[in-house]
Amino acid sequence: MKKLLSIFAVLAFAFSANAGTLDDVKNRGFLKCGVTTGLIGFAAPDDAGNWAGFDVDVCRAVAAAIFGDSSKVEFTTTTGKSRFPTLASGEIDMLARNTTWTLSRDVNLGFEFVGVNYYDGQGFMIPSALGVDDATGLDGATVCIQTGTTTELNLADFFRANGIGYEALPIETNDEARENLFAGRCDVYTTDASGLSATRAQADDPDKWVVLPNIISKEPLGPLVRHGDHQWGDVVRWSLNTMIIAEELGVSSSNVDDSKGSNVPEVLRLLGVEGGYGEMLELSNDFAYNIIKQVGNYSESFDRNIGPDTPLGIGRNLNALWTDGGILYAPPFR
Amino acid sequence: MENNSNFETRKPPVATTGILGWCRQHLFSNWINSFITLLVIYFLYQLIPWFLDWSVFSADFWTNYKGELIVDRTFCSRVADPEGDHGACWAIIIVRFYQFMYGFYPSEQVWRVNLTYFLLVVALLPLLIEKIPGRKHLIKFTIAFPIVAFILLYGGFGFQIIPTNKWGGLLVTLVLGVFGIAIAFPLGILLALGRRSQLPVISMFCTLFIEFIRGVPLITLLFFGMVMLPLFLPEGLNLDGLVRVLVAVTLFQAAYMAEVIRGGLQAIPRGQYEAAQSVGLSYWQMNRKIILPQAIRISIPSIVNTSIGLFKDTTLVIIIGLLDLLGIGRGALADATWMGLSNEVYVFVALVFFIFTFSMSRYSLYLEKKLKTGINMGAD
Amino acid sequence: MQNNLFQDQKFRGILYQTLVVGFFALGLYFVINTTAYNLEKRNIATGFGFLNNPAGFDISFSPFLDFKSTDTHLKVYFVGVLNTLLVSFCGCIAATILGFIVGIIRLSSNWLLSRIAYIYVEFTRNTPLLLQIILWYAILIQLPRIKQAPQIWETFYISNRGLFGPKPIFLDGSNIVILSLVLGFIISFFIARWAKKRQDTTGQQFPTFTTNLSIIVFLPLVVFFIMGSPITLEYPVLKGFNFKGGAVIRPEFIAMFLALSIYTAAFISETVRSGILSVTKGQREASGALGLKKNWIMRLIIIPQALRVIVPPLTSQYLNLTKNSSLGIAVGYADLVHGFGGISLNQTGQAIECMAITMATYLLISLTISFFMNIYNRSIQFKEK
Repeated sequence: MKKLLSIFAVLAFAFSANAGTLDDVKNRGFLKCGVTTGLIGFAAPDDAGNWAGFDVDVCRAVAAAIFGDSSKVEFTTTTGKSRFPTLASGEIDMLARNTTWTLSRDVNLGFEFVGVNYYDGQGFMIPSALGVDDATGLDGATVCIQTGTTTELNLADFFRANGIGYEALPIETNDEARENLFAGRCDVYTTDASGLSATRAQADDPDKWVVLPNIISKEPLGPLVRHGDHQWGDVVRWSLNTMIIAEELGVSSSNVDDSKGSNVPEVLRLLGVEGGYGEMLELSNDFAYNIIKQVGNYSESFDRNIGPDTPLGIGRNLNALWTDGGILYAPPFR
Repeated sequence: MENNSNFETRKPPVATTGILGWCRQHLFSNWINSFITLLVIYFLYQLIPWFLDWSVFSADFWTNYKGELIVDRTFCSRVADPEGDHGACWAIIIVRFYQFMYGFYPSEQVWRVNLTYFLLVVALLPLLIEKIPGRKHLIKFTIAFPIVAFILLYGGFGFQIIPTNKWGGLLVTLVLGVFGIAIAFPLGILLALGRRSQLPVISMFCTLFIEFIRGVPLITLLFFGMVMLPLFLPEGLNLDGLVRVLVAVTLFQAAYMAEVIRGGLQAIPRGQYEAAQSVGLSYWQMNRKIILPQAIRISIPSIVNTSIGLFKDTTLVIIIGLLDLLGIGRGALADATWMGLSNEVYVFVALVFFIFTFSMSRYSLYLEKKLKTGINMGAD
Repeated sequence: MQNNLFQDQKFRGILYQTLVVGFFALGLYFVINTTAYNLEKRNIATGFGFLNNPAGFDISFSPFLDFKSTDTHLKVYFVGVLNTLLVSFCGCIAATILGFIVGIIRLSSNWLLSRIAYIYVEFTRNTPLLLQIILWYAILIQLPRIKQAPQIWETFYISNRGLFGPKPIFLDGSNIVILSLVLGFIISFFIARWAKKRQDTTGQQFPTFTTNLSIIVFLPLVVFFIMGSPITLEYPVLKGFNFKGGAVIRPEFIAMFLALSIYTAAFISETVRSGILSVTKGQREASGALGLKKNWIMRLIIIPQALRVIVPPLTSQYLNLTKNSSLGIAVGYADLVHGFGGISLNQTGQAIECMAITMATYLLISLTISFFMNIYNRSIQFKEK
C-alpha cells in the first residue's frame, strides 16, 4: 500500500508541475528549445557540439530574456515529422525550426505562432548546366523533396496548375535530399528559398547551381509554442520583437551600453531604464538589454548567420525593415 | 611369388597428412575444386591488397599526403587531390571521435560515462564467468547495475543532471541495448509463464500481446512511442524522448525473449513439475527454484541471439531523430565540413557494431557447446 | 472460512483473472479518456473520414497503380501495401535461393570456398540491416549520372536513377499468346503428374524436365509468330531530363532488394546448413551404397529430409524480411510505412488512425505468411503410415 501511495505521489507531482511554462523554465534553470537536425546558417552544431544559427538565436534571445544568460538553453533536434509531437508533448518549451505558419497548424494542431522571424517562399534549385531559367521548363524532371512539409503539397499544386509532369522523390531529411541532388539522383531540389541558399552554399562549386526566380508559395517562418499558455507566448513573442525593435531604433550589441543614456524615450523604455515593461511579462526590466547585449539585434543575427558575408549570402529583401522596403514590422514597445 | 604379375602394382597413397596433404584434400580434391580454389585465390589477391591499401597504407589519419593536419574535408588527400591514388580519410572519425563515443555529453562530466562502462564490465563478469570468486555478491551488483548506471549517466544524488538530448553516439546505442535487454528479461519471463499459465484469461492476454508485438515491425512501435504515446498520457506527464523509445524497444524485446524462454520451458520434462508439486512447492516457488533455472539455462544461447538482434535494431532510432552511433555518423556527413566521406563513416560504424555483435555471437556459440557436452547441467 | 477460500486453487484462479481483466479495463478506460481529452484539447480531428480526402502530394514509385496528387489517402495506402509486398516478395525469393546456395557452399569440401561463405555470413549477420540498406543506396547513388549512363546494346542503361530496359507493349491478339503460355504450364503440370505416377508404378522414367521446358517455351513462341508478333518492345530513349518509355527499376528499390535479400540469406544459409547437417550420415552412406550420384543424393535424399528442419525457421525469416521492408523510409522507398504511415500521417496529423491501420496491415500480412507456410510445413513433414 505504501508503494501504491508513493506512485500516486509521483504522479501527482508530475501533474502539478504543469503550472505554467514560464515558471517551469525558471524553476528548471534552462530553456528547452527544439531545432532542426542541422541546417547550415539556421541551426547546426559545430565540431565541439555548440549550436549556432539564425533560429538558434531566437532560442538564445528567450534564454537571455528569462535568465539574463543566453547560454542557458538545451537544444533538442527534431525532424520534419517529430517536431510537432515533440512540442505538443511538452518535451520542449518552444520550437524554432523554420516552420511555416499556416492556419491548420495554428488552429488544428493546437499551437500558437508568436511571430515571424523570416519571410520565405518555396523555390527551385537546379544545376546551371541544365540551362533552364524558369520552373515551367521542368517538364519530366525528377524532383527531390523533404517529406512531412507544406512544400510537398505546394509542389504538386504548382506542377498540376501548369499542366506539366514530374517525378517526386520524397526524402526524410534535408541532408539526404542534398546528397541525392549533388549525386544527380534528381534534377531539382525544392524547399524554402533560404534552405536552397544553404544547400547551394554547401556545394563544392556553388556557381554550378542556380536558384530559379519562381517563388511558388508564401512561407512565413517563425517560432511557435503550445496553444493556451498566453503568458509564455508573450515572453517568446516579445523576445523576438525586441530584436526587431532594436534594429529599428539602431540599438546593437556594441552600442547598447551607451544607449542607456540616450534621449529617445522608446530606447529608454526598451532597455528598462524607464517604465516597468519587463515586470509585465514577469521578467526583469532589463530583459531586452540582455537580449541585445548577448544575442544582438535582428540585423546582427541575420548578418552573422545567413547574411551576404556568410556562405549562404542571403540578401534582406522581404526581411528588410518596413522603413527599408521590406515587411519586417514590430508593434511598438510601450 | 609366381602370381605376382597378376596383380597391378599400386602406387603408394598420396599424402593425407602434412600441409601438402591437407591442401590436396581440402583445396584440390578434383579439377572443379582446383578451379574454384584458383578463382577464389585470384579474387582475394585482387581484393585484399586493394582494401588494405584503401583502409591503411594509402589512407589519411591525422595528416594528409602533404603532411598538413586535417581539419575539414578539403584537407583530405582524396578530396584535395582527386587524381592521385589516395585511400580513406579517417580524420573525420578522429576529429569527431568524442561525438561518436559520447554525443554531446559535457566533456568535464564524461568520466561518469567511462565509469559506467567499467561498471558494466564488472556487472557482466558473474554472468560470463561462472567460477568467479564471490559470484553471489557480484550478482547482487549486477541486479542493481541499471539503477547505478541511470544515476551515474543522468544525474541526481549530487551529480549534475545531464539531459538525455545531450547523450549520443555509442552511449545511446549501448544504453538502448543494455537497458532494453535488462528490463526485457524479467518481463519476458513473466510473459512466457503467463502464456503457459493454466488460467485462460491470463494466457490469452499474454499470447495476444506477444503475437501482436511480433507481428509488427519495430519501426511502427518506435513511431508509436514517439507520436502516439504523448497522446495517451495525461497532460503534464511528459516522458523523456529516450525513455519513450526505450519503452518501445523493451516491449519489443520482451515479446521475443518470452518466446525463447517459452521454448526453454517446454523442454523441461513434466516429471520436474510433478516432483516439485509433490514436495508441496507453490506455483512461484516451483518456478523460481526448479523450473526457471533449468529453462533459462537451456535458452541462454537463444536469448543472446535475440539480444544481438536488438542491439543491431537500435540503429532504427535514427529514423525518429535520435542520434545513436549511426545517427552521429550521418550528422557528421550532414555537416558541410565533412560531407561526402560516407564510405569512411559507414565502414567505421559497421566495424564497431561487428566487434560487439560478433563477440556476443561467439559467446553464445561457446555456451551452446558447453550445454551440449552437459558439463554444467547440474545445479549451481 | 475465508482462509480456506483463498487456499482454494480454483477461487484464486478466478480472483487473479478478474483482477487482471479489471486492471486492464481500468487502464484502457484511463487511456481512452485521456486520449479523447488530449485530442479534443489539441483540436486534432478523429475518425477515418480523411481516407477519402485527396492526398495532395505525389508518389512516383507506384508500379501497379497510377497515382496522382488528386487521388485519396486510401489510394496512398494501397500503393504502400503493394510496394511493401513487392519488395518483400522479391526479397524472399532471392534470399531463399542465395541462402540455399550459401548454405550448401558452407558445407563444401573446398576449404577456401566454405571459409568465404562463412565470412560473408558473419559480416552480414553482425552488422545492422539499416546500415546495409544505407550503404547499398550510397553505392548505387555513385553510379553514372543519367546523361552519362552506359548502355548495353542500346537497350539497357545503367544510371543512378535506375536501370532502364525495354518494356513489352501488348497489341491486339497478345492475350492469345499469354493464354497459350498459361496452357503450356497446365499441360506440363499434368505431364509431370502422369510421369510421376508411371515411375511409381512401373519404375520407368520420363524426361519430364526437357519435355515441359520445350512445351512452355515453344508453344507460346509458335502462337506468337502465328498471330503476327502481337507483342513488341518499347525502348527507353533519353529525352529532356529523363529516359522516356521503357521500363525502369529505381535505385531505392534495388537498395532495399539487395540489402534485404543479402541480409536474410545469411540467416537462411545457417538454417539450411544445420538442416543438412541434421540428416544422419547413414542416409548419405546408404544412398551412396545404392549407387546414386552425388548431386542426386543431395536432391532426392538429403534436401527433402532437411526441409523438415529448415521450413519452420525459414517462415520466421520470411516474416522478418517482410517486417524489415519497413526500413524503406531510410532511402525513400515508398512502402506502407513511408507512404501511408509517414507522408499521409504528417499531412493529416491523424497519427492514431494512420499507425493503427499500418500496424493492423502488418499483422494481417504476418498472419497470412504464417498460415501458408504452416500448410506447406504440414505437407512436407514426415508422414507415418
